[in-house]
Amino acid sequence: MKILVCISCVPDTTSKINFTEDNKEFSKDGVQYVINPNDEFGLTRAMWIKEMDGSSIDIINVGTQSNEPILRKALAIGADRAFRVDEDPKDSFRVAKLISNHILKNDYDLIIAGRESIDYNGCMVPGLIGELTNIDFVTNCVKLEIDNSRATASREIEGGIEKVSCELPLIIGSQKGLVEESDLKIPNMRGIMQARQKPLEVIEPESFSSQTTTLKYSKPEEKGKIRMINPENLDELVEILHTEEKII
Amino acid sequence: MSILAFVESNESKIKKNSFEVISYARSLADKLSVELTVLCFNIDNANDASIYGADKIINVKNEDLIEFKSREYADAINQVAIKINSKIIVLSGSSNCKYLAPSLAIKFDAGYLSNVVSLPIELNPFIVKRSTFSNKAFSESSIDNERKIIGLATNSFGTIEKKSNPETIQQDLSIEKTKLRVDSVEMSENKISIADADIVVSAGRGLKGPEHWGIIEDLAKTLGAATACSKPVSDLGWRPHSEHVGQTGKPVSTNLYIAIGISGAIQHLAGVSSSKIKLVINTDPDAPFFKAADYGIVGDAFDVVPRLNEKLRAFKAENN
Ligand SMILES: Cc1cc2nc3c(=O)[nH]c(=O)nc-3n(C[C@H](O)[C@H](O)[C@H](O)COP(=O)(O)OP(=O)(O)OC[C@H]3O[C@@H](n4cnc5c(N)ncnc54)[C@H](O)[C@@H]3O)c2cc1C
Ligand SMILES: Nc1ncnc2c1ncn2[C@@H]1O[C@H](COP(=O)(O)O)[C@@H](O)[C@H]1O
Repeated sequence: MKILVCISCVPDTTSKINFTEDNKEFSKDGVQYVINPNDEFGLTRAMWIKEMDGSSIDIINVGTQSNEPILRKALAIGADRAFRVDEDPKDSFRVAKLISNHILKNDYDLIIAGRESIDYNGCMVPGLIGELTNIDFVTNCVKLEIDNSRATASREIEGGIEKVSCELPLIIGSQKGLVEESDLKIPNMRGIMQARQKPLEVIEPESFSSQTTTLKYSKPEEKGKIRMINPENLDELVEILHTEEKII
Repeated sequence: MSILAFVESNESKIKKNSFEVISYARSLADKLSVELTVLCFNIDNANDASIYGADKIINVKNEDLIEFKSREYADAINQVAIKINSKIIVLSGSSNCKYLAPSLAIKFDAGYLSNVVSLPIELNPFIVKRSTFSNKAFSESSIDNERKIIGLATNSFGTIEKKSNPETIQQDLSIEKTKLRVDSVEMSENKISIADADIVVSAGRGLKGPEHWGIIEDLAKTLGAATACSKPVSDLGWRPHSEHVGQTGKPVSTNLYIAIGISGAIQHLAGVSSSKIKLVINTDPDAPFFKAADYGIVGDAFDVVPRLNEKLRAFKAENN
């Protein structure tokens, strides 16, 4: 099989979120970038398939050159080839369209993206790719089995699990559960050495217009002061929840 | 021109979070001086949309739309939007709507933004505020296409009652079927889902082991709340993954979030901070969660939670 894993490079989860002086851009100063956690689960799932049947794994990222160390890390984990579309991603539609163009030229059997990226939280790119390429898409995917050309996948839904099936090709939006945290592959020395030799191709982005523009960022207002409740006086809390907050 | 608000249902009844979508769309329609059309599939109580100001209700009765299917739903919404010449579609922030919205955006040839938390700040260009970086920031973003889809973040707008007298139109559609087949759906029994709940009772590693979750479940039961947990708790297998909340788990934007024995790590806070009220119960007065909470109790969960549950039970018994 030919597998494509979409990798978005995001600020480490502990990063302080700051913006440039004019508030027009995210400030990358001192920020450590990582593979989007949901994509990391997907990459590990792809590796399991590769270990079983020798599938090839390509990865793709729409981003600037500064992402290359992160793409090398994904190669060290075990992906075979990397593609980087050379553009600072600003609009999910453009990202999806650029990745779709690559998919349409390359015939993948399975495309794995994350359910959501933890930076812009769009939950948009994989669904857009699905519609642009007319490939079925299952998001919030917590289980995936492939038997010849047929895939069965489980989707976490509100209050339960839905099982679906279809013929390949398929796009999934991965999340924890697809593999466990403890299953995540960490690159070893041999992987890191090999990754240096693996191909990383830079693709020039095509020109077409975007659908949305981010003009400005701001931070939430500072939280008001906390009210402490004496553990010996829980009646006070019940009273507050009833009369002030009107929640019970 | 008309704004189209898509309303989700559960067992043929409008879902509660959809009333927020209708309220938002009503205010938007007023701002633009246009009509509001509410779209629902196979619903019995369509008229409830009149409480929040629908001008027209389109109820599509169709076998293919009984179960949720992302692309079929997107196809149906797109057909109706084109039929009524709508330029703006409003959707909720539920996981199903987040699933179908990108498909709809391509079919309808629209610009789409998710996690929107405000009415447009400006109309031309059309700029809305959206929550981003796991609720650690907001962006002001414009939708540059004439056709627009707004994904409203849950609990960001609220509901506003505005009685109307809408006409209800029964609409037939033929839906294009996709190859994706739903084989089965398993619902966890009698459980309130985190997304639907008004109150979420969540516990962390402070509970020390899965055998201690009884006090959490009892409290949740008294409050009619969903249960949730921190990431290590689900990684350790103490609770199912579906309860893991935070930046890499489920987002929570509920009215009351009760965090018990959870330290308040940045990744946890990121996913729950859009909840309206946060109550923290923790033995450590320096736990970071206290800095992000509205109410706090410094105390031992094993002492405080059962007593709080008793008080709430007594209160409920008296007031019901
Ligand atoms: C990439 C990444 C992503 C992550 N994503 C998430 C995420 O989405 N969600 C998430 O939750 N975490 C996430 N984490 C983990 C996060 O950093 C913390 O490790 C985690 O939230 C801590 O869980 P906890 O508060 O349950 O446990 P702890 O940090 O161990 O805290 C336990 C708390 O319980 C208190 N306590 C102890 N005994 C009692 C008692 N008897 N009564 C009351 N209180 C008591 C302690 O004072 C302490 O504050 C992520 C981490 C990484 C690296
Ligand atoms: N710039 C990007 N390059 C490659 N893949 C991306 C990019 N942005 C998003 N994705 C993929 O789409 C998923 C969902 O992202 P989003 O729609 O931004 O929430 C991510 O987990 C990635 O798999």
